[in-house]
Amino acid sequence: MRRSAAAIVGVATGMLIGAAFVRRRAVNAERADLYFEDGSMLSLPNGSPGADRLIPLARRIIGDSHRS
Amino acid sequence: MDAQQALSDLTEISSQIEAAVVFDDKGKVVGSTLPEGDAFATSAAELFAAAEEVRTGGSPLTQLEISTGEGSVFLVRDGKLTIAATTAPAPTVGLVFYDLKSALRSVKPKPRPRAKPAAPKKPPAARKPPAPKKPAAPRPRKKPDAT
Repeated sequence: MRRSAAAIVGVATGMLIGAAFVRRRAVNAERADLYFEDGSMLSLPNGSPGADRLIPLARRIIGDSHRS
Repeated sequence: MDAQQALSDLTEISSQIEAAVVFDDKGKVVGSTLPEGDAFATSAAELFAAAEEVRTGGSPLTQLEISTGEGSVFLVRDGKLTIAATTAPAPTVGLVFYDLKSALRSVKPKPRPRAKPAAPKKPPAARKPPAPKKPAAPRPRKKPDAT
């Protein structure tokens, strides 16, 4: 009985850790990729000076499009 | 092609695209999949302008993708027209860009056709009278048997 309860708790904890990991990865994956006419590309990860303005704007656009 | 038609084709072809809008350099909405296309276009233009400020002085910005936890925003500019689209998280970036560019290309206004001088109409060709039928050659009668 105790063993099965411990197994259930273990599985639930693992699932929580996994979900937190996935969520954290998704947040870290936030970035802005800019492509220029000459073929160059600039990738701005979340937290970089340019991205901190672009990512909130993009979030707002996505939120607005989901609402309408 | 009509912008609205191009956008409906786009959302039909690409299941990843949730919403899209096409607008010109003055912010005028040419076509939209959303009823509030003006607000979407205004925000997209603001985003493009903000992205242009990131790197000034170099080559002009032509397209961008911003990936967030809730989804991605794509913007592609070609001449005076810009297309903006939103997708679910983790889209196939290359495919979405390809579809957006194709849609934008199909929206581009066609050049005005030159006014051609009206050519005089040809009178309908006179019909040839049917050739008179040749009278059928009389069939040689079989001679009755002498028997």
